Amino acid sequence: MSTATVSHHYSSTGLENRKIAIWAFIGSECMLFVSLISTYLIYKDRSVVGPYPHTPWTDPSTGHVYHAILNIPVTSASTFILLMSSLAMVLALSAVENKGKPQHNLGERILGNSKLWLFMTALLGLGFLGCQAYEFTSFVNEGLTIKTNLFGSTFFTLTGFHGAHVTAGVIWILTMLFIDFKRGLGPSDALNVDIMALYWHFVDVIWVAIFTLVYLIR
Amino acid sequence: MDHSQSHSALTPAQEAAAGHEHTGPGWSVYWKVAVVLTLITVGEVWVYYIPAFVASRMFLPTLLTLSAVKFVIVVLFYMHLRYDSKLFRVLFTGPLIIACCTLMALLFLFGHLHLGHGG
Repeated sequence: MSTATVSHHYSSTGLENRKIAIWAFIGSECMLFVSLISTYLIYKDRSVVGPYPHTPWTDPSTGHVYHAILNIPVTSASTFILLMSSLAMVLALSAVENKGKPQHNLGERILGNSKLWLFMTALLGLGFLGCQAYEFTSFVNEGLTIKTNLFGSTFFTLTGFHGAHVTAGVIWILTMLFIDFKRGLGPSDALNVDIMALYWHFVDVIWVAIFTLVYLIR
Repeated sequence: MDHSQSHSALTPAQEAAAGHEHTGPGWSVYWKVAVVLTLITVGEVWVYYIPAFVASRMFLPTLLTLSAVKFVIVVLFYMHLRYDSKLFRVLFTGPLIIACCTLMALLFLFGHLHLGHGG
C-alpha cells in the first residue's frame, strides 16, 4: 500500500477545494453549451439559403443541387470513439488510484497500467478531433462555411466550441501522461487525475446532447 | 478566517468524505456501462434510418429519452456523481436545470414550442 504523503485542502464543507471548483466550473460550462445549443435550435430551419443539414437544396442562380450536408455515419463513429475514450479515462483513474496494489495476472496488469489508459484516452480524443476535422473540411468543400447561412454560423460555433474543449482535454491528458512517464502517477495524484477525468466526461456528455439535438433530430 | 486545512496521509474515510471516492465501481461496472452506451447509440442511429419512424410522433420523444438516459448514465457512473457528495450534485444539476429552463423559454418565445391551442 502506498505511503505517499497526500496534501489536500479542504473547505468548511469538508470537501476538497479543487473538486468543488471543477464541479462549479462544469455547472457554468453547462450553461455555456446550453446557450449555444439554444441558439442553434432557435435558428434551425430559418436559413434563407442552403446547404441544409437534413434536406437537399437547389441553388436557384446556378441550378447546383446541394445534398443534405450532415454525415451521420462519420458522426456516429466519432460519438462511439468519444464514449470509448470515457471508458479509457475511468480505467486510467482506477489504475492511478490502485497503483501499488499487487497484480496477480495479465488482466490486472493491463487494467493497472495508467500509462496505457491515459494514452488510449488521448488517442481516442485525437481520433474524435480527426473526425471533426474531416467533417469540417468536407462541409467547406461542399459550400458550407460559418458565413454561408444561419445553420452554418450556429453549427460551426457550437461544434467548434466543443472541439476546442476536446482539444484542451487532450492537451491536459497528454500532460498527465508525460508526468506519468517522468515520475509515475500514484494514489497521491488521484485527485488531479479525477479532476481531469471529470472534465473529460463532461465533454463527452455534452457531445451526447449535441449528437442527438444537432445531428439526429430533423 | 481561513477555512482550508492541510491534511497528510488521509484515511479512506477522510478521502471519501472529501468527495475523492476510492470505493467506486470497478472494471465489471465500467465495461457494462460502455456496452449500454454503445447499444443506446446504435439504437439512436437505427431509428434515424427508419423513415416511417422519423415521420411518426414518437421519433422526437424517443431520441430525447435515449439521449437523456445516456447523459444520466455517464454522469452517474463515469463522473461518479452517484457515489459522491450531494453538494456536487447540486453544483451540477442546479445550473443544468436553470439552463434547460432557459432553453425551453427561448424555444417558446421564438415559436418552436406551442401550448397546444393552435397558432
